[in-house]
Parts: sequence; C-alpha cells; structure tokens
Amino acid sequence: MNSFRWRKIKSGIATSLAALCVLLAVAPLFMIFFYTLFQGISALNLDFFTQMPKPVGETGGGMANALVGSGILVGLGSLFGLPIGILAGIYLAEYGDNPFGSIVRFLTDVLSGVPSIVVGVVAYIIVVLPMKHFSALAGGVALGILMIPTVTRTSEEMIRLVPHYYREAGLALGIPQWKTTLRIILPTAMKGIATGILLAIARAAGETAPLLFTALGNRFWSTSIGQPIASLTVFIYDYAKSPFEDWIRQAWAAAFVLIAMIFLLNLIFRIVTRGRYAER
Amino acid sequence: MNRFPKIVLLLIATCVFALPSSAQLKLNGAGATFPYVIYSKWFDVYHQKTGIEFNYQSIGSGGGIKQVTEGTVDFGASDAALTDEQLQNVKKKQGTEVLHIPTVMGAVVVTYNLPEVGNDLRLSSDAVAGIFLGTITNWDDAKIAASNRGKQLPDEAIIVAHRSDGSGTTNIFTDYLTKVSKEWETKVGRGTSVNWPVGLGQKGNEGVAGIVKQAPGSIGYVELAYAVKNNLSYAALENKTGNYVRPTFDAVSAAAAGALKGMPEDLRVSITNADGKDSYPISGFTWLLVYKNMKDKTKAKAMVGFLKWAMGEGQSYAKNLYYAPLPKEIIKMCDARIASIAIK
Amino acid sequence: MDIPAKLDNGRSGSEVATAPPRTPPKKRGTFRGNVGDFVFKHLTLLFAVMVFSLVFLMAYEMYSGSRLSIEKFGLSFITNTTWDPVQDEFGALPFIFGTVVSSMLALIIAVPLSVGVAMFLSEIAPIWLSRPVSYLVELLAAIPSIVYGLWGIFVMVPWIRTSLEPFLSKTLGFIPLFRGAPYGFGMLAAGFILAIMILPIITSISRDVLKAIPNLQREAALALGATKWETTRIILSSARSGIFGATLLGLGRAVGETMAVTMVIGNRPVISASLFDPGHSMASVIANEFTEATSDMYVSSLIEIALVLFFVTMVLNALARIIVWSVTRKYNVAK
Repeated sequence: MNSFRWRKIKSGIATSLAALCVLLAVAPLFMIFFYTLFQGISALNLDFFTQMPKPVGETGGGMANALVGSGILVGLGSLFGLPIGILAGIYLAEYGDNPFGSIVRFLTDVLSGVPSIVVGVVAYIIVVLPMKHFSALAGGVALGILMIPTVTRTSEEMIRLVPHYYREAGLALGIPQWKTTLRIILPTAMKGIATGILLAIARAAGETAPLLFTALGNRFWSTSIGQPIASLTVFIYDYAKSPFEDWIRQAWAAAFVLIAMIFLLNLIFRIVTRGRYAER
Repeated sequence: MNRFPKIVLLLIATCVFALPSSAQLKLNGAGATFPYVIYSKWFDVYHQKTGIEFNYQSIGSGGGIKQVTEGTVDFGASDAALTDEQLQNVKKKQGTEVLHIPTVMGAVVVTYNLPEVGNDLRLSSDAVAGIFLGTITNWDDAKIAASNRGKQLPDEAIIVAHRSDGSGTTNIFTDYLTKVSKEWETKVGRGTSVNWPVGLGQKGNEGVAGIVKQAPGSIGYVELAYAVKNNLSYAALENKTGNYVRPTFDAVSAAAAGALKGMPEDLRVSITNADGKDSYPISGFTWLLVYKNMKDKTKAKAMVGFLKWAMGEGQSYAKNLYYAPLPKEIIKMCDARIASIAIK
Repeated sequence: MDIPAKLDNGRSGSEVATAPPRTPPKKRGTFRGNVGDFVFKHLTLLFAVMVFSLVFLMAYEMYSGSRLSIEKFGLSFITNTTWDPVQDEFGALPFIFGTVVSSMLALIIAVPLSVGVAMFLSEIAPIWLSRPVSYLVELLAAIPSIVYGLWGIFVMVPWIRTSLEPFLSKTLGFIPLFRGAPYGFGMLAAGFILAIMILPIITSISRDVLKAIPNLQREAALALGATKWETTRIILSSARSGIFGATLLGLGRAVGETMAVTMVIGNRPVISASLFDPGHSMASVIANEFTEATSDMYVSSLIEIALVLFFVTMVLNALARIIVWSVTRKYNVAK
C-alpha cells in the first residue's frame, strides 16, 4: 500500500512538474507580447504610419517608408516564391511518389532549416554583385527563397488532403488529369494553400538578417525595386541598438505592429485549417 | 482558376510600384556613423531645398570604404582615410580615383555611465589606455583616482564598450591610443577594426552609445554628438601638454590648427594628440569619399552642388549638432578638390 | 450493325445522334489530354527541379565565393583563433565556439522544458487544454527574431545584469563558468534567448512523436496497474529517438539564429571560460561585418563561415528529419 501511494505521489509530482514546464514555457510568450504591446501602443500614433523618418537625434517622424518597403519586399518575395512553391507542391502531390519526389521533399525540408543570414549572403552574391548595387529586388529574392519551403510543403499537404473521390470523379467524367488537378483539386485545396501562403508571408515579413546587405535601407520614400529600400525589421534593428529614446520608442511601435500582424495571420491559418482538416 | 488572376494582379501591382516613384534624382551613399547626425540633417535640409535625395546608410567607415571600392554606392563616407593600398584598389576596380573631401571635424569623447560621479571625470592618457587594455578593471583604481582627487569613485567593475564593426571612430580613437601608450601600440595597434582586449562590441556609434546608456559602470568612445544628444557624461582628457581639456569646438579647432601646416593636398591627415595646450587630443576629420569621375554626370553635378552647399551653408549647422566647422584654409583646399570632379 | 456511309454528308444532328460515331471521342480526348498532361506534368516537374537545384546553387555560389580563403587557410580556418581584418588573417574558431556554447546552453535549458511541455500536452492534458496551449507554444515560434532581440536588450539583459549575474556570482562564483563582471550582455543572455526561441520547435516535434506512439502501449501499461507517470515514462523511452531528433532540429535553429543573438551576445570574438563574458557567433559576425569586409580575403572568409553554417544546419536538419520520420513511420506502420 505504501509503495502504491508513493507511486501515486510520484505521478502527481511529475504532473505538477510538467504543468510547471508549461507555465515556464508560455510565460516568455506573454511577457514578450504584453511588454511589446504596452511599449508599442503608447508609441503608436498617426505619425508613425504617415511620416518619414526625421534626421538623427530629432524627435518625431515615423516609419511610413518602412511599412511600404516591407510590403514591397514581401510582395517581391511572394512573386518569386509562390509560383515556384505552389507548382513544386503540385508536382510532389500529383506525380511525386517516386525517388526524385522523395529527394525534393527532403531537400525542401533541408532548405527550410537554412539560416536566413546564409540566404542573404547567397542573394548578395547572385543579385547585388552583378547589379552593382543594393536593391529591393535582392531583398525580394532572399525572402522568396525563404518562402519556398513553407509554400511547397503546405501546397503538397493540402492537395493530398483533398479526398480521392474528387479526383476519381473528374477522371471518370473524362476530364484529363491535368485539368482535374487544375480545375477541381487545386481550387478545393486553395483555401488551405492560401493560409499556408499567409504563414510564409508572416515569416518573410519578420526577417531582418537577409535584408541587411541586400535591400540595405533607405531614409527616403522609395518604391523602386532597383533601389535600396527601407523595411520595418531593419529599422527596428537600427533603432533598438541606438541610444536615442525617440528611436527606441519607435522601435517598440514597429515591433508591436509586426507581431500584431504576424499573430493575426497565424490565427487565420489556425482557424481555417482546424475547421476543415483533422489535427495531424 | 482563381489563382492566376491573383498572381497577375500581384504582378501588375509590383510593376506599378516598380516604376520610379518620381523623376527625382536619387543618390545612394553609405559609411561612417561618426558624422551621421549631421549628414542626416544636411541631406534632409538639402532634400527640402532641391528635391534631390541623398540616401545615406550609416554602416560604419569600413562599410563606406568597402562599398565605394565595389561601386555599389554613389559616394561613401569615412573617418578613416583610405590607405594608399586601398586607394589603388578603388582605382583598379572602379577605373577612377576617389577623393577625400573633409566635411566637418568632430571629437571622439570617452563617455561613461556613473550617475554618482557626475559629468566632470578627468582621465589621464594612461588611465584611458589601461581601461581599454583591460589592465584597469575597477572604477576606484588608483590611476583614475589620481586625476580625480575629491571625487568618490565607486567600487564597481568597468564595463568597456567598443565597436564591433569597421569604424573610422575606432580608427581615430586607436590612433590616439597608439600615440600615447607603448603598450597599446605593441599589443593592439590602430585600425578600423582591432583586436580589442576587453569589452562588449556593438555596431555603430549608436550601438556603443546604446550600451553606455543602458549599463551602469560602462565606458565607451563615441562622437561628441552621440554623447550630448543622449545626456551621456564624457570625460576631460589629458592632452599632449598635460592639460585636461574638454571636447569643445575651440578645442577641436585648436587641434586642427596644429595640423594645418603639414596638410597634404589630398587632405588625408590625422589630428589626434595634436600640439597646443588647448587642443583636444582625440579630434578628427571626417571625409566624404567621392569619385573623381562618375559615370552618371547628372549625379556628378548633383554631388558637386551638394558639396559646394556643404562647404558654405552646411557649415552653419555644425555647431548646433556638436561638430566643429572646418577652418577657412581647409575649405579653400576642399574647393580646389571639388572643382576637380568631372561633371561633363 | 453497319454504319451508313452517307453519315458524313450534312451531319444533321438527328442522324448523327442515332448512330454510334465512327471515331470514338475517347481517342481524340486522350490525345489532347496526353499533351496537356505532358505539359502540365513537366511544367510542375520543372519547378520541382528548381527547388531541387536551389540547394545546390546556394552551396555552389558560396563555395566559389569562399574559394580564396579556403585555398589560403584550409583547415586552419576552423582552428585558428585570430580574426584580424587588418592583417588579412582569419580564423573562425571564436565564432564556432560562440555558436556551440550558446546553442548548447540553449539546449540544456530548453530540452527539459520542452519535453515536459510535450509530455503534458500529449499525455496529461485534456483536449480542451492541450489545443490552446499547443497554439500558444506555436505562437512563440512565430515571433520574429528581431523582436526577441529588442525585448532581449531592454528587458532580459538588464535583468541578467542586475539580478541573475550577481546572484550566480555570489552563489556559484567559484566555478569558472560564472566568473567575471556582470555585463548583462554576453553568452548567458544569448543562451537564454535562444532557449526561448527553440522551445516551440522541440516541443511541437516531441509532441508529434509522442502522439504517434499507439495508444496500445499506454493502455497496456495502465492495464498492468501503472500510474500516469509510469506510463508516461514508458512512452517517453519509446519516443527517445524521436525526441532526440526534435533536439537536433532545435539545435539547427539555434545555430542559425542571427538577430536576437547579435543584439545580446556582446559581439567580441573571444573564447572565454565564463558565461558572463561576451562572445560572438558565426551568424552574428556575418551580420556585423559583411557590409564592410574591405578586402577580398575578408569577404571570402565571411562567405566561408556562411558555407560552414549552411552545411552544419543542413546536416543537423537532415539527421533530425530522418530520425523523426523513422520513428513516426515505425509507429504508423505498427498501427
């Protein structure tokens, strides 16, 4: 009896420890989120979204050019990454049950683990050096490469999740396979793929390292892809390590905007995929 | 098939954005963080005056030299003058010479965070060298106390902050240390990037100032503007004659006055540890690195226009932002160099 | 039944409708389908090949970019401790050391926590609790590195400087690991922040691995009278290799982390015994010095570091995926 009670106690302790782990693990999330929220919200004002940065040391100004810049960079990244990712995902789902497909799947997973700074170095070598200057294009290429693994994997998974009878019905009606995929399977999977795209966009929007020497930065308003461009993340980096209080305030505001957007995109992804598809 | 229209729309949207936002002339530059405070002011004012955009990224003098060498920017900036070898490199890679145009002078101050002590700490050259060498590790060390009789120094560890990137500010600072300390000369030497014996590194003048501002007991070296604008204390330093001098405009100008006699034509000179009892020992010029022969002549014209403005009206902004304006003789020499930039 | 030859004339609808067509439409349809199928299949194949070649392209570009330093320094690049841009002498050991130490520290902190959380989520918590908590943990993974860095500089580092380091100094100061001035910035800060960052990935993979183990094992243990904890222990030991794989994945992420690390690690290339001292990591040196690497050898050395990072993360990821895949496959097949 004693031994049994002792075992039960041990089990209780283990459960409590595990619960403690959860608290310790989740605590930083709340700390970071709420700290950023409080610091960021108090610093957010209309100026932040509409004004350009002021000269060094002067208070005021905003990050209008960085907000647009980040948007353009992510847009460019999507332009490169989405077609490649979706089409590769289609290949893997439809025709990929062969050794080559397995290798591609494997390499995609490997690619997702490559540090973003390394991708930045590659983008520097293949875009900045030949072009002879920094540009939004180079930043877009770096972000595109970073988006490819997520998009490929999600596309493949979502297509595979479409029930087989959709395909069988299409083929039974005499529709050629490619048309079945394109017109029936893909639209069905599209919702899931779109939310996977949102995840990839969320990741790309938060990247800093690869932009440091591809898109560089810009104190002025610029929407040209051949010129350096400002971005939210690089501004946060520049401002955060500076001593200027107004800059630090703006960095918190930018951080808040960033994680608000990323959390929102994640939430959408969760809602959509949970509703439709069983938990993995 | 609702994917394709989305993609097409995305393409069109990007192309629309890809069109130049306006017919404005844009020049890209990168380099020193030392003069970033005044450059950002200058470029902002000039933009409002003429509409021309000078996009300057403060990535450090090392970055400025590198990007000018690679030709990825239209102009650079550095407080470390290029060595002969670096000059050759630029000529080889870009097919044109690069000119050093001094814009302002500044003081590298030794800034510290000691709320108990106040902002009138005095540091001898031995003390500075010792702190940055790591041989003096505590604030109440005898060497520091010796020049600060009457002050109560805390028994705290000294947290040293220095640059982690290639820096002209580092170049000026280590140049001074090399001149005043044999131990520094042999152990570390001068340069834009050195093997720091001790301390935390961060990027840019902003980064070092950031550390000093955050960490009590810390000490670092930054350009005067960064210390003042952030209410950081900075020390009076012992100069060559043994006087303790605070970094003021006059002290910096005094240091430059000493250097005027031996000023070379290409304007590359160091004015640290200058003679003169009022000279501030860690003063320096900062230069804009401009190609003599730019391929794009419209940009060259814009550059020359800006430089002329900087030599004239621009100088009036210097004092407000804690830089020392250039002496008249130097401006004359600059005008000669600016005239040699090819605009046709 | 014979088809009247005159069917071709006029082709009036009723006549055609009544008789079976001479050429079955299936043939024509298949031909068009073949072309379409062919094009489509090869179009998608092309893009799959693009993904395939991307990895090799990256490796190749970095290799050719670092040829200079590879030829000059060879293996000594990894063992030399001098990083001197002025003398054009480059040894990457301090950065490798920094990366290894900060990642190891992160693992030491994160793995027990992660396994605890995974255990909780998969074995102990009821569904209404485990779903939201899983979600919260995944949200941690979504926070960008730069925001971690920002929070690190203004919240974590001051806390370490004013509370943790003095405390450790007082209590464990006799160990070389905890000696030195309380900078705040340094290896300890880097390890802590990396730990928070890799926690979600180790947790979610561990949880997946635990979930993949068939319920049969749990039921059998419970039937034999085991307590919750004892059952869990059995499951954990079955999942051992999967959890190891999850750890490798976390390590892979820690090794490649750039922004959060460079903002708190102190950026000084030294090898020091104390966790209080600043350090430098492979990723952070590239971030700090890439835009200003003046000489060709300097750039080449930095690219070589990127190459090393690339291979290390590739190997870690590949190993991890293989291990995790084999564990889940074992149990999926058994199911």
